[in-house]
Amino acid sequence: MFKGKFVDNLPKIYGTYTGGFLAFCLLMAICEANGMSAKTIGILFVGFTVFIYAFIGYLSRTMQASAYYVAGREVPTVFNGMATAADWMSGASFVAMAGGIYFGGYTYMAFLVGWTGGYILVSSLLAPYLRKFGCYTVPDFIGTRYGGNVARFAAVLVLVLASFTYVTAQINATGTIASRALGIPFETAVYVGLASILMCSMLGGMRAVTWTQVAQYIVLIIAYLLPVFWISNKIGAGFFPHFMLGDEVQRIAELEKTLGLTKNSAAALKAAKVPGGLAYISNPHSAVPAGAMAAWKFISLAICMMVGTASLPHILMRYFTTPSVSAARRSVAWSLFFIFLLYFSAPMLATLSKIALIDPNIPTSIIGKSIAEVQGIKWVQEWTAVGQVFIADLNGDGKLGLNEFFMRSGVVVLATPEVAGLPYVISGLVAAGGMAAAMSTADGLILAISNALSHDVYYKMINPKADTAKRLIVARVLLVVVGVFGAYIASMRLTGILGSVAWAFDFAMSGLFFPLVLGVWWKRATRAGAVAGMLGGLAAGTAYLIYVGPKFMAQTPWLGIDHLRFGLIGAPVCLILMIVVSLATEEPDAKTQQMVDDIRIPTGKTVSGLE
Amino acid sequence: MASKNNEAHWEKTKGLMKITLALWFFFGYVVFMFGHDINSMSFLGYPLAYYMTAQGSLAAFVIIIFWSTGKQQEIDEEHGVSDAGRDD
Repeated sequence: MFKGKFVDNLPKIYGTYTGGFLAFCLLMAICEANGMSAKTIGILFVGFTVFIYAFIGYLSRTMQASAYYVAGREVPTVFNGMATAADWMSGASFVAMAGGIYFGGYTYMAFLVGWTGGYILVSSLLAPYLRKFGCYTVPDFIGTRYGGNVARFAAVLVLVLASFTYVTAQINATGTIASRALGIPFETAVYVGLASILMCSMLGGMRAVTWTQVAQYIVLIIAYLLPVFWISNKIGAGFFPHFMLGDEVQRIAELEKTLGLTKNSAAALKAAKVPGGLAYISNPHSAVPAGAMAAWKFISLAICMMVGTASLPHILMRYFTTPSVSAARRSVAWSLFFIFLLYFSAPMLATLSKIALIDPNIPTSIIGKSIAEVQGIKWVQEWTAVGQVFIADLNGDGKLGLNEFFMRSGVVVLATPEVAGLPYVISGLVAAGGMAAAMSTADGLILAISNALSHDVYYKMINPKADTAKRLIVARVLLVVVGVFGAYIASMRLTGILGSVAWAFDFAMSGLFFPLVLGVWWKRATRAGAVAGMLGGLAAGTAYLIYVGPKFMAQTPWLGIDHLRFGLIGAPVCLILMIVVSLATEEPDAKTQQMVDDIRIPTGKTVSGLE
Repeated sequence: MASKNNEAHWEKTKGLMKITLALWFFFGYVVFMFGHDINSMSFLGYPLAYYMTAQGSLAAFVIIIFWSTGKQQEIDEEHGVSDAGRDD
């Protein structure tokens, strides 16, 4: 069917795949019309897509080091963009983002700006130079640029801490979705999720992860955009929602005035037995809070997410897989484009979902109706039964007020198709999309951790004489160990999805941003400076997190720098230490300076000498 | 040591980096320093600050990154150090 090399056939292969997936959706729609149960559709959607990913993972199996670590450096620009977008958009982006906007309003939307703008830093400051360097992992760059096992190990430490914080949240998300779709307990579902994640990465490493991530991007973007367009057309909001929801945003502002945004007291919530973790609408949808502190809160969060983006190893290592330096650079641009497609839709989904719920002119609305009537609605009953939705008549008037409807923020995306009265097949599609988003990110992260441990710690530090076969076996064993450990932590349900995701960015920016950037842009940066910066920045950031963290010492944050923003303490400490210690130590030798000169020029051999 | 050509290439690359980051800074932060003040203005019917955080700045980032990538390619070619021939 496909002649020639695999990479030459990519557009055909993924075109066929997309067509096949759409045909599968259509088939499910027909089955639903003929009476197939919602539960079966959910199982088929998640099961079918996960099977396809595992199959791609099997086809991409390899015993070559360069294929395992950097996908043979033959991933074309646009496809690497898609893979990075899937790698990037986590379960949190897919499931929790629109819900966060829905309940948090403008303040929360700093995440949208923060999680896109960082790519400009990646493309201007890092990706092309790291590609020219030609390393297998991010600590590999630090270890070679600065020299010595201490620098390498410090980079591994930051990488493991940042990525591991992130990966537990992803395994948690796959567990949540698998648990609901397959109807099994969460503690078991976490391991089912893990098994699917490992099937995509174990046999083929980076090569397998790349080609499954492209497939996962296609599923997740269809699953996100289709409901947005469908709902928008269904409620007559406009056929291209992104440019046509101005009226709806204004209408929500009016409704907020008439319905009233009330904050419930903690005592009232407790008396009504509202379960913890459920949110209600109390923040304005589009209004911007006044004052310098509010602006700083927005900007400081955006800074942390952007700088964190440019320091996260599982993202940076995607650009090691392109055929050339200029391809790496263009690939960053394509990544941002593919990410943009989802992120600029999230506020539209939040707007549509909210207006469908609160505008009395829309038949699906429930706010203002009698509570007895609302409790008779099917989706309300189903989500209430699983503890994700809660209704409390706080003022005892028998009607549902804006502050009397509670919902888990992550459920907004999953429940919106049902709320808006779309067929169940769309809900199945959305579940498959959420699973794809969480799996792809988890795969990237687990691979980043286990590659750093196998390449940098095992091969470069412990056993430099190990042959390829042995290295790849060690890499795979570590992959499983890291995954199982992550799943074990996730099964203990230690943190909410978003708290820990933001922490990963702060850890990464505290320890890695300046050592990476200055490694390329400042020849004078020395080994001692880099080590002091990485360890000092990480220690300062972590200490501050413990100081303000609500679950730790819970002290009052300084200048509004709370536990989501502790990178703002860690990164400056890292920078100052790096500059001071670098200037106090002897400048790097001529060989190192020549290496930096070579990184800056796209042509010529990779600096590391690795293919 | 780096050749004259390579040094000139790096100077231009640095210049482009600075312009790119200045644009990035404007759309990423400056706009939102005045979020409350500009929200009474409207664009496509959306309040302006809301629009910028929902779409405007995001779209600006996409445009900036493609523009900057294209410029860097020109700089590389001008100095004969582009490796674009090797890829897709």
